Amino acid sequence: MRRLPLALWVGGALTLLFFGLAALSVVWTPFDVTKLIVSSRLKPPGAPYLFGTDHFGRDVFSMVMVGARTSIMVAVVAVAIGMTVGVPLGLWAAARRGGWLDEAIMRLNDLIFAFPSLLLAILITATFGPGAVNAIIAIGIFNIPVFARLTRAGALPLWTRDFVLAARVSGKGAGRISAEHILPNLSSLLIVQGTIQFSLAILAEAGLSYVGLGAQPPIPSWGRMLNEAQTMIYVAPWFAIFPGIAIVLTVLGLNLLGDGLRDLTDPKLRRAR
Amino acid sequence: MTLYLLRRAMVLALTMVAATIAIFVMLEVVPGDPAVSMMGVNATEDAVQALRVELGLTADPLTRYVDWIWGMLHGDFGISYTYRTPVSELIGERIWISLPLTLMALALSTLIAIPAGVLAASRRGTGTDMSVMGATQVGVAVPNFWFAMLLVLLFSTVLRWTSAGGFPGWDAGVGPALGALALPSIALALPQAAILTRVMRSALLDTLNEDYIRTARAKGLSERQALWRHGFRNALIPVLTIIGMQFSFLLAGAIIIENVFFLPGLGRLVFQGIVQRDLIVVKSVVVLLVFAVVVVTLAVDLAYAAVDPRLREGRS
Repeated sequence: MRRLPLALWVGGALTLLFFGLAALSVVWTPFDVTKLIVSSRLKPPGAPYLFGTDHFGRDVFSMVMVGARTSIMVAVVAVAIGMTVGVPLGLWAAARRGGWLDEAIMRLNDLIFAFPSLLLAILITATFGPGAVNAIIAIGIFNIPVFARLTRAGALPLWTRDFVLAARVSGKGAGRISAEHILPNLSSLLIVQGTIQFSLAILAEAGLSYVGLGAQPPIPSWGRMLNEAQTMIYVAPWFAIFPGIAIVLTVLGLNLLGDGLRDLTDPKLRRAR
Repeated sequence: MTLYLLRRAMVLALTMVAATIAIFVMLEVVPGDPAVSMMGVNATEDAVQALRVELGLTADPLTRYVDWIWGMLHGDFGISYTYRTPVSELIGERIWISLPLTLMALALSTLIAIPAGVLAASRRGTGTDMSVMGATQVGVAVPNFWFAMLLVLLFSTVLRWTSAGGFPGWDAGVGPALGALALPSIALALPQAAILTRVMRSALLDTLNEDYIRTARAKGLSERQALWRHGFRNALIPVLTIIGMQFSFLLAGAIIIENVFFLPGLGRLVFQGIVQRDLIVVKSVVVLLVFAVVVVTLAVDLAYAAVDPRLREGRS
């Protein structure tokens, strides 16, 4: 058996931990995050509150667990939007390379790229109101050009290959060739980028909900926990520290996983570095 | 060369037009009538209607779009619904916080990233390289607003070196003003420095595999000399692109960071605009930020063309 890269192990373990906690939170959390217990407010970390409590007496560890669920949901749907729109656009542009359609798709991508991503997210949520759904749409839109460009760039060289020529000779149209021959060859590229976009989406969601434009109460989210913690940073620093660590470890885990997967699927890179 | 420049300028001008249309259309569908929210719920219909006319809200969308663009081209950004002062004045005040903040962060990020990237690349595969790369992995994963909170916790609570936020104004002297921007710019710069370090390292490693480096080594240059004289300069091209792109990330990031440190910059202006439905302010600031990004992108393209003759001839 080939030795797997260390990044893959660490990244995979952190990602698994994060997904596991989120899944567990559906059926069990140490404390009920919707119950406010004033008598146990602002307790420092220690038994029975692993990460301490907030100003309403809620267990921070339980809130971090439930917050993981919000982050995953937003990130999964946002990346799915980017992939389901971006990948076909990229395949289409590559199939019509050099034509006006290719040019139009790519210029539209440039336009979205030129816009500072956070600014558009703020505009969207300002327009349609804050909330998890609008945060998802805002983050999802930014994933479209990323996947469209990547798919096009990956598909272009494939179009010159013999197996594509063979498919064309056998009478297959551009659509079928894209779906049956081009797309499967791009899967590892897309999985790696998907992992990275996933981690960026988690950061973006945290930022949006920190400024109050993401998930709204009572849905717990890491970004909003940090927002609430900010005013209490002098009396309850733990409330600000643990959700932040959760974000860092999750994003770090996903990035390492992405790097590890890339090294695994791209032997050229492994030798070069 | 001229053709290349014209082509680039055209693309960017089109980007600006498309961006203004997108912003206008988006804010056009915002629910709520600014005239109603300004006058309050008790206002009579006549008074609200009079205000609508005064604000120019009764014209058709196309006229309002053209008026808006025409005004901006002449430096007239309209009048803020809530502040009742010209938006250009508001921007003129706030920009002297956001712009220095962004530039300080950009300088800081570059000053950290270039040496760190060169160090990691020149000691490729060693413990130094691994530690630098490990640090960048963490740096990329840290949300800048959380890092900002940790800085506040450390420097203003534990060490009591600085205040937790606010801005004394440039009238209070350059020292205190820059001091107030120090922590925010560090918080803003860190994640970007991590990204830039990785780009610097891999760009340098790429050039070190080139034939001209081998030639330089064969000529008798030491590895260090070859790296600095030939590798470094060529590696700067991708690094420049990323620095240009980072300008837009930093400008947008400043919006959030200004909120952490209670800095009255453009970011807070936008947020207050959103909350108070002061859409003319939101529109103007966003257009201005997009314009800044477009201009910087063009500047980077020009810098490229000046540095690399190959780019001038080939199609972009």
